[in-house]
Amino acid sequence: MLKSLKYRAAILSVVLLTLFLGIWEGLNIVPTDTKPLTEYELLVGGASQEARVPPPSSVIVRAYEELSNPFYDAGPNDKGIGIQLGYSLYRVLTGFFLAALIALPIGFLVGMSPLMHRALNPYIQVLKPISPLAWMPLALFIIKDSETSAIFVIFICSIWPMLINTAFGVANVRQDWVNVARTHELSHLKTAFQVILPAAAPTILTGMRISIGIAWLVIVAAEMLVGGTGIGYYVWNEWNNLDLTSVIFSILMIGVVGMLLDTALGRISRMVEYEE
Amino acid sequence: MTNHFVEVEGLAKRYPTPDGDDELTVFENANFGINKGEFVCIIGHSGCGKSTILNILAGLDEASEGVVIMNGKEVAGPSLERGVVFQNYSLLPWRTTLKNITFAVHARWPSWSKEQVLEHSMKFLDLVGLKGVEHHKPSQLSGGMRQRVSIARAFATQPKLLLMDEPFGALDALTRGMIQEELLKIWEETHQTVFMITHDVDEAILLSDRILLMTNGPQARVAESVQISIERPRNRTDIIHHPSYYKIRNHLVDFLVNRSKELSGSAAGAEIADSKHPLLVDPTNEADDDLKQAAG
Repeated sequence: MLKSLKYRAAILSVVLLTLFLGIWEGLNIVPTDTKPLTEYELLVGGASQEARVPPPSSVIVRAYEELSNPFYDAGPNDKGIGIQLGYSLYRVLTGFFLAALIALPIGFLVGMSPLMHRALNPYIQVLKPISPLAWMPLALFIIKDSETSAIFVIFICSIWPMLINTAFGVANVRQDWVNVARTHELSHLKTAFQVILPAAAPTILTGMRISIGIAWLVIVAAEMLVGGTGIGYYVWNEWNNLDLTSVIFSILMIGVVGMLLDTALGRISRMVEYEE
Repeated sequence: MTNHFVEVEGLAKRYPTPDGDDELTVFENANFGINKGEFVCIIGHSGCGKSTILNILAGLDEASEGVVIMNGKEVAGPSLERGVVFQNYSLLPWRTTLKNITFAVHARWPSWSKEQVLEHSMKFLDLVGLKGVEHHKPSQLSGGMRQRVSIARAFATQPKLLLMDEPFGALDALTRGMIQEELLKIWEETHQTVFMITHDVDEAILLSDRILLMTNGPQARVAESVQISIERPRNRTDIIHHPSYYKIRNHLVDFLVNRSKELSGSAAGAEIADSKHPLLVDPTNEADDDLKQAAG
């Protein structure tokens, strides 16, 4: 039953995709003109001047070309998709891990101590809703380096979900488990690592999963702003080149990489999950 | 009477009422002792503060008044000397059955080698009949098995006082009966000092040397200390045929149904409040009520 459901879902997915691509392709057939071209049309090079979204067939061709040689480097404005994604991933992961380094201990502190919670909560609440890109000018001015500024933007957007989830997870560890630690005379450090951390780990990992998702959303915009390298820059550069085929292809790649990041974090969180 | 292993003196718990200017007394003037190797049960209706008393004994909660003295020292904060079995088992769900026990054994004897910890833990897992599921997570075990693990963990640390908060409250009757027998068996072997909360009169008679009876809260008191003179070893099927069984049982049920209410509150309970210790009762000698004597 389950197997057949899986099977049927797969068939439906393929049918929907074929339908979608077929309509997309069909809408993009260039109308053949019956009239001979006017002088003006001849002058500008064709009858069909209206710009069209490239059909899926050319996107697939482009994807094949790009993916068969993803790491070529032919100068600042012509790098393979693999290199561009690599830059973006590097920024996202650096910013993300720096954020984790700060957010997890502070989240722990906020979760453990009602005093710290009350003291820090107003700042967290004000800083959290700020669009990470709003920090960009300030970051550029202070850091004076676009590369590091992009990482900083990732850092600042990843920190909040991790911090808030860690604090929430730590504060809501079942009192019974804390009592087990207390009746076994565990030290504060041992309680933190042997009871609180494993108990809160699923909540913390959920926060990290949200963070990496947001970081991947933000990096595209950040790279459009700072330029130079990365998938966000690539999208914008291809737009400036009016190469919509490449734009569509890179949009798809952003989706695929984002999904892989989420899957990876999902795998890790399954490792720390427990059933009560 | 000061020679009790555990001495509870003038214990009271009061909470400020929501409006703030008054206090709600859950229980007060609780005095009783527990001897070494004794199995003591405490019975009372919900809200009389049994769990609070147990938590204070464990060091997890603080009394508003009074002290608990164990082995000549005042109880302040939790300690490995006092093991606790909670009603909801309180196993760490991310650890396997065995690791839930080794963790406690290691905490108790930090200097022990890994093999020693393992061997000791397995011995107690075996004692509750759980060999074979040591690598299962608690979520893969039934409620009864989980509570067995919890009991094994508590006995494995060999505390000087074992506290059990309604350990069988969440189990079905059949499982309950089986674990009661196992607990009896382990207790016969170890003569562990136990203080246990229960709602089940039959369970209390089967297990205890003495049963403490509490009046209804608020302002609950430990009113009586009932001696269970039925000789050991006991078992579930034979004990009900013992000539004293129904005398004791009727006495307890009568207390819970009628007198716990009558004696509650300050006026009717004044008699108990005045006497420092609960009335010592042995229902088997109870031709009539005037054999009761204040003692402790």
